[in-house]
Amino acid sequence: MPAKGGVTQSLLEAKVQAPGGVAARELVRVLGGRRVLDGLDLDVPSRARVGIVGRSGSGKSTLLSLVAGLDEPDGGSIHIAGATERRGLLEHCALMPQRDCLLPWRSALDNAGLALENAGVPRRDARRRALPLFARLGLGGSEQLRPAKLSGGMRQRVAFARTLLADKPVLLLDEPFGALDAITRAELQEWLANALADEPRTVLLVTHDVEEALLLCDRVLVLAGGRIASELDVDVPRDGARREVVTSTAFVELRERALEAIE
Amino acid sequence: MRRWWPPLLLLAGAVGLWEVVVRAANVPDYLFPAPTSIASSLHGDAGLLAHATLVTAREIVLGYLVAVAAALVIAIALHASTALRRALLPLLVLSQTVPTVLLAPILAILLGYGIEPKLVVVAIVCFFPIVVNAVDGLRSADPELVRMMRTLHGDRLAIFRRVEFPGALPAMFSGARIAATYAAVGAVFAEWAGSSSGLGFVILQAQPALETARIFAAVLVLSALALALYALVSLAERLTVTWHA
Repeated sequence: MPAKGGVTQSLLEAKVQAPGGVAARELVRVLGGRRVLDGLDLDVPSRARVGIVGRSGSGKSTLLSLVAGLDEPDGGSIHIAGATERRGLLEHCALMPQRDCLLPWRSALDNAGLALENAGVPRRDARRRALPLFARLGLGGSEQLRPAKLSGGMRQRVAFARTLLADKPVLLLDEPFGALDAITRAELQEWLANALADEPRTVLLVTHDVEEALLLCDRVLVLAGGRIASELDVDVPRDGARREVVTSTAFVELRERALEAIE
Repeated sequence: MRRWWPPLLLLAGAVGLWEVVVRAANVPDYLFPAPTSIASSLHGDAGLLAHATLVTAREIVLGYLVAVAAALVIAIALHASTALRRALLPLLVLSQTVPTVLLAPILAILLGYGIEPKLVVVAIVCFFPIVVNAVDGLRSADPELVRMMRTLHGDRLAIFRRVEFPGALPAMFSGARIAATYAAVGAVFAEWAGSSSGLGFVILQAQPALETARIFAAVLVLSALALALYALVSLAERLTVTWHA
């Protein structure tokens, strides 16, 4: 990894520009004697937003760990922009875990700039790059606060800013709003839809909330029996107010189909 | 401030009772001095005690700093290398069964009567609680944070600097606070094993002369030194670990 800011910055930008499609072939992962993933195939085009839904224990998080290069599959392979080894996958993916995982000893701004500092960018430059994102993500004014002083929704926004600033072509979101109350969650789903519209990345969103996946993604994959059991293209209009969108006939039908596939 | 009143009141009551009983029973000072006799020794022997206090305080502070530095270096080494941890940690625990009181005379023979053997004894006494707490603190980093760091350009060093080390600070400080209360005892043992100055030396000299009030006065000053070190470490913790609020 290059040590100095300028070099790193241009390299990182180059990487985001690079195609970040994700492909998995015949993926197998055995955990505790159970084949959690059992010959799974996955194709996510570059800059697509794909949701992965399924019951708890269906292997959603396991799949994300494998794609991120944090875990080794027992069979099959994963390809992202020519990389197949864990180290290469790790280079291309940024993971946003369910818990915000903010570092309590860092200010909100320094938490957001964490990946930049890890890549060798001096703290002052990391702050300078994180600052405009704070304004855009509705975090203005909370730059200097420690995570303990932030609400759950704000913490999740900081965690997302941190994930974006890693400048990776692939974002892996693992139940990003799972720990939030229903109202804050609805608020953040809308916020995330806008934030992602500004940031063309390949997104894999794991969630147990079908509605969340249908609101945020172009395509929703249902994970069951260790494979992709069914695929739904989200072709319903989602421009209006949230309440109108989720009660539209097309949306309700899509949700029913997804729920049926999960069963 | 309010929480200090109950212990202070209890202490004042106990000291008052002590004075009354000793005076009423006419106990001679060399057997068991009354608080006022100790106070007059503190005053009368002020010059002697002040000099001894400076000597012992130096041994305590320098020995303690050696312990902190050594414990940090060794804890980080043990954390970095699993092989080293497996080999060395059991031996460190085993070493705690050797009574330090017995090490002091050996070190005095080995290193002479200067400050060096005192520093070594104080450092040995203080080292263990710091190193054990530091190793535990470093190992108890949240694995989810480590995973997050690895997907955010975090190499081994970055994970150590930004996650493991700051996360271990509270544990390190609690080890350092325990160690602070041991340092004074270590210095006295070391002085008893061979010295010509210091509060331990004053106590040793006062005993055959039956200057019991002076012994009490020296013990009082020693406690104050230990308390001061403890307070300093707590202050350092409050200034460093600012996110626990």
